[in-house]
Amino acid sequence: MPRVVVDVMPKPEILDPQGKAVLGALPRLGFTGVTEVRQGKRFELEVAEINDGVLADIEKLADTFLANTVIENYTVRVES
Amino acid sequence: MRIGVVTFPGTLDDVDAQRAVRIGGNEAVALWHGDHDLKGVDAVILPGGFSYGDYLRCGAISRFSPVMTEVIEAAGKGLPVLGICNGFQVLCESHLLPGALIRNDHRRFICRDQRLRIENADTAWTTAFEQGQEIVVPLKNGEGQFVADAETVARLEGEGRVVARYLEVNPNGSVNDIAGIANEAGNVVGLMPHPEHAVEELTGSGTDGLGFFTSLAARVFA
Repeated sequence: MPRVVVDVMPKPEILDPQGKAVLGALPRLGFTGVTEVRQGKRFELEVAEINDGVLADIEKLADTFLANTVIENYTVRVES
Repeated sequence: MRIGVVTFPGTLDDVDAQRAVRIGGNEAVALWHGDHDLKGVDAVILPGGFSYGDYLRCGAISRFSPVMTEVIEAAGKGLPVLGICNGFQVLCESHLLPGALIRNDHRRFICRDQRLRIENADTAWTTAFEQGQEIVVPLKNGEGQFVADAETVARLEGEGRVVARYLEVNPNGSVNDIAGIANEAGNVVGLMPHPEHAVEELTGSGTDGLGFFTSLAARVFA
């Protein structure tokens, strides 16, 4: 079954408290080289087939529902 | 007046909101998220809670519920709509109000009696207050940080659409201490604190929240 992946990330200018919490835990775990963590979401959409209509629909789905474009950016890609 | 209170799966404060509506001298009408029906009400309240478990984003799934189709259309025609806490999040997700609400900057859930200043006493929901009046109502949220781009914030401030502002402490990192905003017409108001928990002396922090539930009548009969 073909898979389309939608990645959603908080916009760079939006504070990401979850990413900060993860970053704060890293030194305690012995990781010292990481300077920034941003946490987002990954959606995996299984579709019957890939065509322009399906991709246009998923683009709309991502833009109106999976992401809130006031605070988040998203990307849509077909996973091969 | 007949004021509808919507119940979504995961709503918590619908019964308190209905009670506040009645104490405010209005009739409370229960509305169900799955119905395309506002039952002819004169106004709608979207109460607090965790609708649809806050899955995806707070308010994101509720925004596409059948009742919200009706609320969005009616709000565009001037129906007064008040969103409290989760209801505020639903209004932002519905694009009836600008900006968004994200996790508190300090990452903890907060529950406190919060002092506010009413910055706009001309909206459908705030006419019972004096401009600049200070009130104390409960605040309880995990994702109450109001954010918007600089241009949107400037427009909200310039047009007097900041309805309430946090005083003494900013409890969640909201830009410009914003606790509540209105749309351009002033019929749609979103508020993060909970006035419905401050309508009786016996419970809550006092009766400072009552004005949100008496303003509609005051406006009509003024």
